[in-house]
Amino acid sequence: MMTPEQTTPEQTTPEQTTAEQTVAGEQAVAGESGAGAVAPDYSQTELIVCAAAKMLAGKRTVFAGIGLPTLAVDLAHRTVNQDIQLIYESGVSGAHPEAMAEGIADSVVVSGAEAVVSMQALFGYVLQGGNVDVGFLGAAQIDRFGSLNTTVIGDWDKPKVRLPGSGGATDIAANAGEVFVIIRRHDLSAFPEAVDFVTSPSPVLAREAGVGIQPQGHGVSVVITPLGVLRREDKFGELVLTHVHPGVTVEQVRANTGWDLAVAEDVRVTAEPTVEEVRLLRDEIDTVRLYLR
Amino acid sequence: MYTDKVVDLHDAIAAHVHSGDTIAIEGFSHLIPFAAGHEIIRQGIDDLTFCRMTPDLICDMMLAAGAVSKLVCSFFASGSAGSLYEIRRRLEQHDPAPLEVEEYSHHAMVLRYHAGAARLPFLPIRSFAGSDIPKINPQIKLVEDPYSGGTTYVVPPLNPDVTIVHAQRADADGNVQMWGITGVQQEAVYAADRAIVLVEEIVDREVVRADPNRTLIPAHAVDAVCVVPQGAHPSYVQGSYDRDCAFYREWTPISKDPQKLREWLDTHIRSTRDHEEYLDVLGRERMAGLAVGPRPSGSVDYGRRLLGTETAAAAAGEHAAARSGGTEADARAALASGVGSTAGSGAGADKDGGQA
Repeated sequence: MMTPEQTTPEQTTPEQTTAEQTVAGEQAVAGESGAGAVAPDYSQTELIVCAAAKMLAGKRTVFAGIGLPTLAVDLAHRTVNQDIQLIYESGVSGAHPEAMAEGIADSVVVSGAEAVVSMQALFGYVLQGGNVDVGFLGAAQIDRFGSLNTTVIGDWDKPKVRLPGSGGATDIAANAGEVFVIIRRHDLSAFPEAVDFVTSPSPVLAREAGVGIQPQGHGVSVVITPLGVLRREDKFGELVLTHVHPGVTVEQVRANTGWDLAVAEDVRVTAEPTVEEVRLLRDEIDTVRLYLR
Repeated sequence: MYTDKVVDLHDAIAAHVHSGDTIAIEGFSHLIPFAAGHEIIRQGIDDLTFCRMTPDLICDMMLAAGAVSKLVCSFFASGSAGSLYEIRRRLEQHDPAPLEVEEYSHHAMVLRYHAGAARLPFLPIRSFAGSDIPKINPQIKLVEDPYSGGTTYVVPPLNPDVTIVHAQRADADGNVQMWGITGVQQEAVYAADRAIVLVEEIVDREVVRADPNRTLIPAHAVDAVCVVPQGAHPSYVQGSYDRDCAFYREWTPISKDPQKLREWLDTHIRSTRDHEEYLDVLGRERMAGLAVGPRPSGSVDYGRRLLGTETAAAAAGEHAAARSGGTEADARAALASGVGSTAGSGAGADKDGGQA
C-alpha cells in the first residue's frame, strides 16, 4: 500500500535523518510502560513501531503496507495479539514470508501464504465487504479531523510535488473499521489547517459533502508522529494529543501543528520500547535492517 | 474450433496495437509484460491512452519514449522503488509537455475493468464521499440509488482496444494459466476488444486440462499468445524468477536525468531487435541472479466419472494413490493415464510434471 513518505524525496529525507537519531537516554516517565526493562538504546523508528504494535491488541484483521506497519503487525503478533491477520492489497491474506518482504506484492509474501485472491475479491469483498478492522495509511498531510492528502502538494493541475495518489487509500479510509496513520513528519506543512488535496476524507468531510455513501468505519483513530500520539475517540470529533514521546513537550507539538491542537487532560509519555521488543525487532523480525534504519 | 494463437511478439504488437489506441497493460508488481512495452517503443507506436493501476517503470519508459498521450491510473509511484521521475516531470513541470491524466482509486480501477468485462454501463462504489478525487475526475459521477433513495458515486466501464498481460504458461489454443498475485488481469482481458498474452512457456493441452481451475483466461478471450521467457523483467514471475529489485533502485537515478533515460531507451530497447537481445544487453548473469528455488503446490484430485465396468472399489484404490501426496511417480502415472492431476503446476516443477 502507499506510504508516500517513503516514495518521494521530500519525505524520504526526513525519514532517513530522523530514523538515525536515537532518542534514548531520556529518563523513564510515569505513565504507560511495557512489561520489562526499557531498552538502553532504541531508534525513533523502533519507538513508533512499538507504539503501533501495542495499539493492535484485540484487532483481528489489519490491512497494511510494507514497512513500519508490517513491522508493527509482526511485533504485535509476537507480543500482544496472537490472532492478528495481515492483509495486503495485492490480494495476499495471511502471509508467512520466509524472508523480509520488499513490497506488498513480493514473491515471498505469496509462497506459503494462507490465501491469494483477485483484486476484485480483495477490494470488493474483503475491504468494501467490511472485513478489515484496521487499515494503516501514510500521508504527506493530515488535517484536524484526519482527512489525508497523498495526491499533490500544490494544485492538482500543476503540482509543486506530485505524490503517489490514492492507490487503495481512499477505499481503505471509506471501508476499514478504523485507520491508523504513521506520519514521519510533524510540522506545519504536514499538519496544516487545510490539506492541499483531500485524497482520503474524514467522516466529518464526508458528512459535510452530504453525497455518496458515507464511510462505514470510524476514519482515522490513531496518528503516530515523530513527536507523539494523537487520537480521535468520536467518529466526528477532532484529533487530540494523548501522548508525547520521551523528551518532547506538549508546547512543542502544538507549535508544530497548524491548528489549535486539542490536548488530553492527562497527556502521557509514550511507553519506551523494552529490551525484549527491540530484540524481537532487530534479531527476529527485520534482521536485514530493511526498515529499521 | 481452436486455432493456434502462438505468434511472434513483434507480429502480435504490429497486428493489435495501433497509434491512438486505448491500451491496458496489467500485472500488479507481479507479471508485468515489460517486453510488450519495449516492443511498442521499438515500433514507434504513439498517442496511446495508457491504462494501468500502478504505472510502474513500464509507464516511465513508455512516456519517455513518446508512446503515451494520456494516463488512466490509480497510483503514481513504483512500489518500493520511489518516484517515477518522467511522470513527475510531465506533471510538475509540464516538461516536455503536459500529460493528460484520469485518476482513480485502486478499487475504482478494478470496478472499471469489471464493468468493462461485464459490459455494464457503470458500477457503484462506496468510496469518494468527501474526497477531492471526483472534483478532478468528472468521469466519477454521482447518481441516485434507486433502492435506498440516497446517492452513490459510480465509475464507467473501461474497455481498452487492447489489453496485454503476462502469465506463467498457456497452451497453443490460448488457455492461459497463472498463479501468485493475479490482480485484475482476468477482468482487463475480458474488458478489451483484443488481448495479447505473453507467457514463459507453451505447455501441452493435457497439462492445462489437468488443472482447469488455474486457467484464469480461457482461449476464447485471447487473440495472440507470445512466448517471451523472462519477458516480465524487471518484475517477476512466481515460481520462475524473482523481481529485480536492484534494477528498480537503479532506475531512480536514470529516471531523474532525462538525458540518461533517453540513452537507456536507445541502448536497451531501440538498439535491440527483440527481448532476447535486450536480455543480452542486460547481461545473462543478471537474470541468473534472479533464480528462485522450488516450492511446488500440492495437487488436487478433480475426479472422473466411473465408466462401464469400473468398480467403486477399484476407484477407491486409485483415489488413495492420487491423494498420497502428489509424488512425482503419482503425477507421472496420472499424466500417462490421461486422468487426474499433475504436479506440473508448482513453482519450480519441470515440464515433465516432476519436481526438481
